[in-house]
Amino acid sequence: MEGGIWVLAEQWRGRLSDVTYELLALGRELADGLGVPLQAVLLGDGVKELAANLGRADAVLYANHPALKDPLPEPYAEALAQLAAERKPRAVLVPLTNVSAGVGSLLGERLQAPAINFCKDVLLKDGRMEALCVLYGGKIEAAIAPVAEPAIFGILPGSRPADKGRGAGAPAVEEAAVDLSPSRVRFKRYVEPEAGDVDLTQQDALVGVGRGIQSQDNLELAESLAQALGGAVCGSRPVVDQGWLPLARQVGKSGLTVKPKVYVAAGVSGAPEHVEGMREAGLIIAINSDPGAPIFNVAHYGVVGDVLDLLPALTEAIQARKG
Amino acid sequence: MNILVLLRMVPDVVEELEIAPDGNALDLDALRMILSESDDHALEQAVLLKERHGGKVTVLAPDAPEVDDALYTALAKGADRAIKITDLEEGLTARGLCYACSQVLRSTPGLMPADLILTGAQAFTDLDAVVAPLLAYQLGLPHVGIVCHVAVDAAAGSLTVLREYAGGVRAEIEVPLPAVVGIQSAEKPPRYVPVAKVRAVMKSQKIETAGVPVIADGGNALIQVTGMVKPEAAGHAEMLEGSPEEVAGRICEILAARGLLQEVR
Amino acid sequence: MGAATAAVDLSCPTSLGDLFQSVEGRKVLTCIQCGACAGTCPYGDVMDYPPRRIIAMLRAGMIEKVFSSESLLACVACYSCMAKCPRGIRLTEVLLPLIKEQTLLRLPELPAELQKALQNTLRYGNPMGESSRKRAAWVKTAGVPIRILAEDPRPADVLWFVECYASYYPRGQDASRATAKIFHALGADFAILGNEEKCAGECGRLTWEPGLYETLMDYNMAVFQKYQFQRVVTSCPHAHNAFKCRYPSRGFHWELDVPVRYFAQRLEQLKPRLTRKINRAVTYHDSCCLGRQNEFYEEPRAVLRALPGVKLVEMTHNRINALCCGGGGGGMWLDTYYKSKGFDRLSERRAKEAIATGADVLAVSCPYEVSRFEDALKVLGHDKKMIVRDVVELLAEAMEV
Repeated sequence: MEGGIWVLAEQWRGRLSDVTYELLALGRELADGLGVPLQAVLLGDGVKELAANLGRADAVLYANHPALKDPLPEPYAEALAQLAAERKPRAVLVPLTNVSAGVGSLLGERLQAPAINFCKDVLLKDGRMEALCVLYGGKIEAAIAPVAEPAIFGILPGSRPADKGRGAGAPAVEEAAVDLSPSRVRFKRYVEPEAGDVDLTQQDALVGVGRGIQSQDNLELAESLAQALGGAVCGSRPVVDQGWLPLARQVGKSGLTVKPKVYVAAGVSGAPEHVEGMREAGLIIAINSDPGAPIFNVAHYGVVGDVLDLLPALTEAIQARKG
Repeated sequence: MNILVLLRMVPDVVEELEIAPDGNALDLDALRMILSESDDHALEQAVLLKERHGGKVTVLAPDAPEVDDALYTALAKGADRAIKITDLEEGLTARGLCYACSQVLRSTPGLMPADLILTGAQAFTDLDAVVAPLLAYQLGLPHVGIVCHVAVDAAAGSLTVLREYAGGVRAEIEVPLPAVVGIQSAEKPPRYVPVAKVRAVMKSQKIETAGVPVIADGGNALIQVTGMVKPEAAGHAEMLEGSPEEVAGRICEILAARGLLQEVR
Repeated sequence: MGAATAAVDLSCPTSLGDLFQSVEGRKVLTCIQCGACAGTCPYGDVMDYPPRRIIAMLRAGMIEKVFSSESLLACVACYSCMAKCPRGIRLTEVLLPLIKEQTLLRLPELPAELQKALQNTLRYGNPMGESSRKRAAWVKTAGVPIRILAEDPRPADVLWFVECYASYYPRGQDASRATAKIFHALGADFAILGNEEKCAGECGRLTWEPGLYETLMDYNMAVFQKYQFQRVVTSCPHAHNAFKCRYPSRGFHWELDVPVRYFAQRLEQLKPRLTRKINRAVTYHDSCCLGRQNEFYEEPRAVLRALPGVKLVEMTHNRINALCCGGGGGGMWLDTYYKSKGFDRLSERRAKEAIATGADVLAVSCPYEVSRFEDALKVLGHDKKMIVRDVVELLAEAMEV
């Protein structure tokens, strides 16, 4: 099927990532808008059974190769390039996650095709595709158009609800061959994070701290609030990098994705890498001293103020209420 | 070890970013530039490797406002040689930059063959390409990105790196040298270098310049910015005002209304 | 204490190499090893090398050991040792900064907060890392007109050097607004540098980082030369120190003052306007830079006593014996480090003394102190019973402004 919209189905450690369904939802809209087929592309080694979940697409293109066993960008981009050169899609949607990082860039190079990263959406304007991108850590939005096709769009997690990308039936699966040389880098093993005392993904309430907490000392304030809420403290990357919280408490692109009932973002700027990990929380309350902080675009309620004042005030108010 | 580090200056988001009158780019006059954060980590990792295994660190950076500061600081931190890449086209994208850099690397004496090329795993200016894998591809070298730990096996001529995935999971990957590695975070936070040392380096060392041999074009013409805005935010939080106590009280009401203040058993 | 301090040239030796070439350096050699310095130092009991021992090591040719120790990270530059030294050795001003400079060069890793503060000060002109373009944003909220020299470069009588905490921190801005109102009420001809202002460079930062302060001195002096004014009044006692002790070597020649002393000297003019009753018991904390360093003890007390309904009570350690809040010498950014070492917080030690007086208000005159003491009172659970106010805030409160 030529001229379709392709979605790279991201699979990792035997499972399809949620972002795959988000991309299928977006791809479905584009494909329907343009009147072209939506094709999911599944790459891996021995993962064909995952294709059954990709029913939102009109068809699945599956390529199996030992070199695709481990999630590295080079073999994935090469495989996609070979398939795309032959079958000429109009656009390829690639997730911007750690697992698929670099695939879009290499694909663009291989095909000498336009590639656009940081897309939070892809819109149709007079039958042409245009990306809406989030730049500079969320501070600027830009509309960016590819000047040719195929166009490769690197899509940020959260572009569409994952549910809209799940399909009922099992799609037709076509198997294609790709010619890949063995990777020069050798994947040895996965290293799991140390088991923490707390499983963040099971918490109903989380207090997320960012750089705005200023020092490790002030973590106590977040701890007190977390306790009052019956939850736990987590943090964005800078806080973990500083050693103020262990890796098991990191929320975001390289860390965990959490969906608590309430997430208090304390001194978190709201850069996409962190937001990706918490944007589906039921209730997001953000506290930041910068009125322009991107977190306010994601939060339900926001307060421009000093985290060091508001955390204890909130803890006290909650404790007083609970009696 | 002969280590090359590619550094890039990016807009400093501490300052308010303003859109240029034509609406398609940032207002450059309002901008300050700062070293991209993961490039700073790449530099730190390079200096740590040099301290551990000996060798030489060369830093390269495309010309940009405030780049001289960054290059002198790199020298003061322990780099041996600093090269500023000049004659770059206006408004070059990440992909165009990659082409330019790979040409400079090949044509400047004393750089290649390098044992290891480090750069930040990503920058928020990587609009049309992530530099690390693309540079590796153009140089024909193996690559691993999003790396948070590097261990050298000199005898085997390889690295073992830890590469980040999701959920705090990392992977141990072996890379033969020479290679390109995209650093997410160095083993230690980027070190402090006293201002006096940087000033001393400014007097005693020079920044070399290297022009791009052939006008680099690839990547530039392939995408077009049709509009740039500061997000009004289609979805924006309902803002709460007042003293901390007043705001805290209001948040309590919101929480209670959603049944979130139940006692935990 | 009469007129505002004229600038003093201290002819400081700038390196340990020159130390013994200078008068001050040779004074170091007259140390009698009495240990008064170590005894009065707030962290003397946890320092491996208090001043006495540093001098002993220097004499014994073993100073390298001191440089390789983290000991001096515990020095909060409170001037107690210098004030009590029977030989008058200028420890805090001369010897200790030179030792700190060498220690910094050898520290394998700087405590992260301090590193950030130093880097931010170099890049943005303030330790918080806020945009230099937002430094004068508070002016819009002042409620009285404030002239910014870049916009209106006519000569002024007073150049009010606001400084970082008073410009960027909400509580610092409260004091700035109060100061502006009082200047206005006095009809003072004053102006500020606005966004052109950068940190004066004093405080732990400078004693750790002479390169940083040289850069800031060069910058600030160049800005000063652009305008005409009679005197510099600064809201930050640390900046006052910098201008008094170090800037003269770069040509700083103006009269120097701080708002509380400036206002104290014009108290008679303000008295008729002091009509709102404060009605609180107030205890005054002598700031290290203004107090011990400049013997500025009575002016703030005179101002407080002039406020209607104020009852002044003294803490056990007052005036020359006052206990430091712990913010100097980089201490403002070393709380996490101190905690990791198990040191108790100096601000809490002092806050307990304030609480013991039974006062309602802890009055201060240094912007560092407001946040440090407010935090300490919260930790001690006493923040509802005692508030922290800058003297100028109380003065403005008592005035009909």
